[in-house]
Amino acid sequence: MNSWLAPGTWNIALIGAMVCAVIGVSVVRARRGAHVQVRAFPPLLALDRAVADSVAQGRPVYFVAGSQDIDNMQTVAALAVLRPLARKVAEAGGRLFVPTNRSLVMDNAREICRRAYHDAGRADLWRDDWVAYISDDHLGFVARVDGLIARERPGLCVLMGFFASESLLLAEGGHQVGAVQIAGTASAVQLPFLVASCDHVLLGEELFAAGASLEGDAARLGSLRGQDLCKLAAAACLVAGSLVATLADVTGAQPWLLLREAFLNVFRAG
Amino acid sequence: MSGLKQRVPQIILTVVALLLIASAFVVRPEGSNAPFVQRLLAFADQEFATWFSILAVFAFLLGGLNLIATHLAKIRDCGPDRFYSLVTLVSFLGVLVIGTAKLGGPPGLQGDVTAPGSWLTAVFDAVLSPLHATLYSLLAFYIASASYRAFRARSLESSLLLASALIILLGRIPAGRYLTAWIPEQLAFLRVEELSLWILRVPNTAGQRALMIGIALGVIALAVRMIAGVEKDPRSGGDGS
Repeated sequence: MNSWLAPGTWNIALIGAMVCAVIGVSVVRARRGAHVQVRAFPPLLALDRAVADSVAQGRPVYFVAGSQDIDNMQTVAALAVLRPLARKVAEAGGRLFVPTNRSLVMDNAREICRRAYHDAGRADLWRDDWVAYISDDHLGFVARVDGLIARERPGLCVLMGFFASESLLLAEGGHQVGAVQIAGTASAVQLPFLVASCDHVLLGEELFAAGASLEGDAARLGSLRGQDLCKLAAAACLVAGSLVATLADVTGAQPWLLLREAFLNVFRAG
Repeated sequence: MSGLKQRVPQIILTVVALLLIASAFVVRPEGSNAPFVQRLLAFADQEFATWFSILAVFAFLLGGLNLIATHLAKIRDCGPDRFYSLVTLVSFLGVLVIGTAKLGGPPGLQGDVTAPGSWLTAVFDAVLSPLHATLYSLLAFYIASASYRAFRARSLESSLLLASALIILLGRIPAGRYLTAWIPEQLAFLRVEELSLWILRVPNTAGQRALMIGIALGVIALAVRMIAGVEKDPRSGGDGS
C-alpha cells in the first residue's frame, strides 16, 4: 500500500480525510435532528429586502455567476446562491436577468431559474432569454453587461463567484444606476475592490456557505457546522504550532525541537 | 423515471469525484503490470481533463447558437436595442468567417490563423485590442471613485481602512519617504516606508492566510456536500435533505 501513495501526500490525505469525516458526521447528526445554530450573514439578510424593493419599483434583478466555467468551485457556489435567489424573485413576481460568459454556466443557470419560476407558480412570467450567453471574453462580457445595466436600471445586482479585473467594472456599472449591490467572492485579490464598491460582500468562505444558509435545510446547515469545527481545529493548530515554534527557538530544548519538526511534517505540503 | 434522471448524474458525479481525488494521492503506474485500480486512477487523472475540453468545444457551439438566436429575436422584435444586436451579429459572423476561412493568412488546414498578415490578426490588433485597452483604462477612474466612497471615515473600520491605505500609498511613493526621513535611526520603524512594509507583511499576510484557510475548508465542505448528494446538481432543483 505504501508503494501506491505518492510521496509527500500522506499528511494531506490524512488531514483531508479528517476534515471530510468531521463534515460528514456533522451532516448525519443534523439530519438526525441535532440543533444547528448558524450565524446570519448580513449580505444575505439584505437580499430579501433588496429583492422586494427592486420588484416593487418595477426594476429587474441582475445576477452574475463570476467569470469562470462550471468546473470552478466558486461558480458552483454561485449557482447554489442563484437557486434560492431565483425562487425569491419569482415569488415576488420580478424579473431576473442572468448574463453569463460560459455556455455551460448559461445552460445550468437557465435550468435553475426556469425551475425556480415553475416551483413558485410563476412559469408564465419566465422567459428563457433572461439567461443569456454573452461572450467568453472578459472585457467583452463586461461591456455588454454594463450596457444592459445602464439601460435596464436594475434595482439589485448580485455578483457571486470568481472575478478578475471585471469585478470593479461590473460593480461600478451597478453603482451608477443606484442598484443595491451584493457581492461574494473567494478571490482574495478582488475582495478589496468589491468591498469598496458594493453595499454588502460575502468574504471568502462565506460564498461557499451562502447557498446552504439560504436553503436552510438541516443537512446543509450541518455541513456548515462541520466546516466551523474544522476551522476551530485549524485555529487551535495555528496557536499550538506558534507556541511550539517559539519555545523551540527560545529554549533550544530537544523535546520542543522534535515537536516543532513533527508539526512541520504534518502540515508541510509536497 | 424522474428519480432515475436525478440519480444517474449524482452517481456519475460521486464516482468521478472520488476517482479524481484518489488519483491525486496515488503514484503513477510505470508498467502494464500495475494493479487495475492504480491504472484506473492514472487513466482518470489523465483523461477526464481531456473529456472536459471536448465537452467545452460542444459548449462553444451552444453559446454561439444562443448568441445568434438571442440577437436574431431582438432584431425581429424591432426592440430599442436592435442596432446593438445587429452590430453584434455582423461582428460575430464576420470574425467567424475570417477565422474559419483563414483569410489573408497561410492557406490550408495547417495554416496558422494568427500569422502576421492574416485578417484575424488585423481584427485583433486594430479592433479588439484597442477596445480592450479602452475598457480597461476605465478602471483607473472606477478605482478612484470606489476608493473615495470606501475611504470616508464613517466608522472605526473605515477609519482603519483609510489610515492603512494612506500609509501604504505614502510608503510606495518617493515623496512619502521624504516626509518621514527626519525620524532618527533608533525609531526607523516609524518611518512611513517601514510602516507600509509592516502592514503588508504582518496584518495583511495574517488576514490573507486566515482567508485562505477558510476558503479551503469552504471548498472541501461544498465538495463533500456535492459528493454525498446533499448539495444537488445545480440543475436538479430539489432540496438536498
